[in-house]
Amino acid sequence: MDGIHDLGGMSGFGSVDVEPDEPVFHESWEGLTFALNALGLGAVKAYNADEYRHSVERMDPAHYLAATYYERMLTGVATLFVEKGVVSPDVLEARAGGRFPLSRRIAERPVVDLRPQLEARFAIGDRVVVCDMHPAGHTRVPRYVRGKRGVVVHVAPTFSFPDAAAHGLARREEHTYHVEFAARELWSDAAGSHEAVIVDLWDSYLEPT
Amino acid sequence: MSGRRRELPTPPADRARALAEALSEKGLVPDGFLDAVRRTAEELWSPHNGARVVARAWVDPDYRKRLLEDGTRACAELGYSGPQGEYIVVLEDTPDVHNVIVCTQCSCTAWPVLGLPPDWYKSPEYRARVVKEPRRVLREMGLDLPESVSIRVWDTSAETRYMVLPLRPAGTEDWSEDQLARLVSREAMIGVARVAVRHT
Repeated sequence: MDGIHDLGGMSGFGSVDVEPDEPVFHESWEGLTFALNALGLGAVKAYNADEYRHSVERMDPAHYLAATYYERMLTGVATLFVEKGVVSPDVLEARAGGRFPLSRRIAERPVVDLRPQLEARFAIGDRVVVCDMHPAGHTRVPRYVRGKRGVVVHVAPTFSFPDAAAHGLARREEHTYHVEFAARELWSDAAGSHEAVIVDLWDSYLEPT
Repeated sequence: MSGRRRELPTPPADRARALAEALSEKGLVPDGFLDAVRRTAEELWSPHNGARVVARAWVDPDYRKRLLEDGTRACAELGYSGPQGEYIVVLEDTPDVHNVIVCTQCSCTAWPVLGLPPDWYKSPEYRARVVKEPRRVLREMGLDLPESVSIRVWDTSAETRYMVLPLRPAGTEDWSEDQLARLVSREAMIGVARVAVRHT
């Protein structure tokens, strides 16, 4: 989805503030939230990692930006436990003592029909162009590389295709490629000439050029 | 948001507790599970692990070669593997090329060697800006790279997890591996800081 989570290249944000000697968790509920996600993903297997990412992506955009990382995680995890029928929103709000915001629903037709690519189609040095697509559901193609041209610099092993796995479709494994884009291909001539962005992309996101 | 005013959400601490209670009530939470996960995250996954990998690569050319060829296996050689470390690729800095890592769409990180990611890495500010204006972001963060140094920004958009192998600082030729490891910060292994000798 063309959601708020897909932040790469967006303007208007301020400085990056590094906290010296930052603890792993600032408050105990953050560690609890991380553990509840591990429970949902691993011990209970209520959902997979792609469903989890998509659940966070479906947060109200204003809430997404205002929330801390662990509040986003909490919203995504709670949404999935509700959607999978494990807990009810009423029980959560009663126990929390107030409003418990959840993510929005999954789109009606979330997946773009990309032909599965079970064999590696590309090798190091190949020139590729990224599909210019706008699925309503989960995808891992950042907006800022769609339709852009790059060069394969590394062939990674096969991994489960997230657009399918996030939406309950048959599991399929495809290679991913580290594709290098010149900064000027992405951001026009305003970008530096000695800069490049390398994005890790599944085979069926790409076409030869 | 929508035009109508809504009641504010309860604090996240109350929501997290509510979810934990609701799941416990269903009998879904094994005894000790939540504490064990938390302890693993706090104690086992640590940037000190990555720092040991970097220090070993600086003192042992054969290890460095193995690390650049197969990061996953070379990290596992030192005992660092597990979730979010299934496929690790190590990015070698040179005097002419600087590498920096981001995850623009979520906050993917190589947990076994870098630990869970810090807040700044997960912030919209970093995720939005570093792919578009890396030189400026790094300068603001205290890393002023000359224009002659090319910058490579790696977006963690699939299953590869990256770690930067930074340049060994000058003047450390006779340092031990342990001394070197203590110099290496998480920020250096993400690529937003240099490894510097601290003068006391």
